[in-house]
Amino acid sequence: MYRYDEFDATMVAERVEQFRGQVARRLSGDLTEDQFKPLRLMNGLYLQLHAYMLRVAIPYGTLSSKQMRALAEASRKYDKGYAHFTTRQNLQYNWPALVDVPDLLDDLAKVEMHAIQTSGNCIRNVTSDQYAGAAQGEVEDPRIWCEVIRQWSTFHPEFSYLPRKFKIAVTACDHDRAAVKVHDIGLRLYKNDAGETGFEVMVGGGLGRTPYIGQTIRKFLPKDHLLSYLEAILRVYNLQGRRDNMYKARIKILLNAKGADDFASLVEKEWAAMDAKDVDLPADEIARIRDYFAAPEFEPLPETSAGLDSNSTKNKAFGRWVRTNTHGHRAPGYAIVNISLKPIGGIPGDASDAQMDAVADIAEQHSFDEIRVTHEQNLVLPHVKKDDLYAVYLALEAAELATANIGLVSDIIACPGLDYCSLANTRSIPIAQRISERFADLGVQEDIGELKIKISGCINACGHHHVGHIGILGVDKKGEEFYQITLGGSGAEDASIGEIAGRGLSSGEVVDAVEKLVGYYRENRQDTERFLDTYRRLGAEKFKEALYAAA
Amino acid sequence: MPLLKLIGDRLLPAIEEAKNEVSLEDWRANRIAHPDATALVIPNDADIDDLRCDVSGFSAIILEFPAFKDGRAYSQARLLRERIGYTGEIRARGDVLRDQLLYMVRCGVNGFEIAGAASDGAETALQEFSFAYQASSDGATPVWKRRRNRAAAA
Ligand code: SF4
Repeated sequence: MYRYDEFDATMVAERVEQFRGQVARRLSGDLTEDQFKPLRLMNGLYLQLHAYMLRVAIPYGTLSSKQMRALAEASRKYDKGYAHFTTRQNLQYNWPALVDVPDLLDDLAKVEMHAIQTSGNCIRNVTSDQYAGAAQGEVEDPRIWCEVIRQWSTFHPEFSYLPRKFKIAVTACDHDRAAVKVHDIGLRLYKNDAGETGFEVMVGGGLGRTPYIGQTIRKFLPKDHLLSYLEAILRVYNLQGRRDNMYKARIKILLNAKGADDFASLVEKEWAAMDAKDVDLPADEIARIRDYFAAPEFEPLPETSAGLDSNSTKNKAFGRWVRTNTHGHRAPGYAIVNISLKPIGGIPGDASDAQMDAVADIAEQHSFDEIRVTHEQNLVLPHVKKDDLYAVYLALEAAELATANIGLVSDIIACPGLDYCSLANTRSIPIAQRISERFADLGVQEDIGELKIKISGCINACGHHHVGHIGILGVDKKGEEFYQITLGGSGAEDASIGEIAGRGLSSGEVVDAVEKLVGYYRENRQDTERFLDTYRRLGAEKFKEALYAAA
Repeated sequence: MPLLKLIGDRLLPAIEEAKNEVSLEDWRANRIAHPDATALVIPNDADIDDLRCDVSGFSAIILEFPAFKDGRAYSQARLLRERIGYTGEIRARGDVLRDQLLYMVRCGVNGFEIAGAASDGAETALQEFSFAYQASSDGATPVWKRRRNRAAAA
């Protein structure tokens, strides 16, 4: 894992002091709320329906046990003893008092954490594959490049007042777990035919009111030139992105207005004209960062574990959890463990202080001290010995963290919705809870197989409904909460935007609707088809019929 | 509007004779009509790569920040310094606030039209960070270079 040196530590400490000064100016009345707003927004502090909300950055979703404990401690000390993991691999505190925020940030700075650029129209926290460094078939650890981007983008003087927020995601696997095609810039690290590694650069993906899949503007960028190329993209966007309408200000609108080819040539022209030598990092600095991401010392182990096999037979629930929540690891005898933050009937992404502490302890004991946060609002222990899986399972179960539903119908992404968010049309969380309760039987869920349900409480699409296999969007109809269903979306390497199924449904109808869709799929699927595959094979009409057929 | 100027690494109040301003559009259309112009006002949608005139003779170029959120002129300032090689004063006009001064300075701005109240603490605003991660127009040594220099010295 990356560790701060004195430069990084100084920058974060100075940022806390700067923010402390800004908060003091606000509390003394020197700054009005209007003047304070842009300042707090640069530091992840939002004013929500009922209180301030602080968003803490978890760079590329990687945490140490010590950091997780500090997050738990802060939730006890400054909040209500829980925190919320977000779709951008970040963490949110929903109830901090303004006067406490500088102290909270001070506590986090001690464990190399901060809230820098978690909001505002700047380059946001870079996200990545939650299995980075553990996944099979990875070209190299994408977090090396995330860290390179983190440093470059931190307090970037030119790109802190962009037309709109800016999100970058990096993956280094064929199977895209970072949803790079729905980011302002998506980077896919791969080896070309000549055996060199570089990036495919995709630009202009994004959800919100006008969803777009990112388009490739450069097939292959030699990796050492990443920063200058990013600087060229950002400069074109900063100068030419629309600023007259915040709903048309994202880079996707600029790219689509110009066309991907014309946009690409603007970037190439800027890139050729700039002096890249002080922007791109020299090899020794990249090597310094790379060293931090060296793989841990895995023990030489046989691929299979006798203990795992016998416990899976003895304890059926454990066997199911192994099937649904663990994933193949590159080192023989190891597994990647997913921790579901989607208990049946629970609030997606929430974790209590005790749960965070429990995860920290388990990671320290069994996963080389490492924890990941996923964009699907779950946690990951990246490096667990298969021999230890049963112990890990029991410990997770004791902390009520062993729900065996990763990727299944109750592993739902839901935005905060009307329970917290001032922009919401409808509630999201209760819909997620009711769907999850309807499909409470884990055996049935496993039989249904991979099914991604994503819920947003308004058109801003924070719950990523456009890329849900089943998406649910909250709309306001004469003051009543209504929900529109979209079908066939995907945020993975086969990315697509879901299609609207038909008329909106009342909150009472939504859960039945999901059940009808699932029922139709189960009757009509072939072999090992997922919901999405069956949908794509049979087409939208059949599913719409099933959805709206009179009961 | 009070004016601050960057002298060395300090921001000091400046009193000076009014500039004779000309807009980029007027200057391009008929420069003979503006023999006394000393400051060029560039709107923030102008393409610095395509100025179609020599700007080196102006003692100041004025860039516009119509709202603090509108950050186009940060890029324009860098391009004027780094690509055009303009060495005169680049002055920020508009919604110029204390908490933006550092980024403006880093992008090569060295004159600021700033309202009285907004300039409180302007001096400290430039001192809040000891380092910078990235190279920019202010010539600051980026952190990666400092690391390298330190390693070389060790
Ligand atoms: S999708 Fe809408 S309701 Fe949900 S969090 Fe985003 S802005 Fe709020």
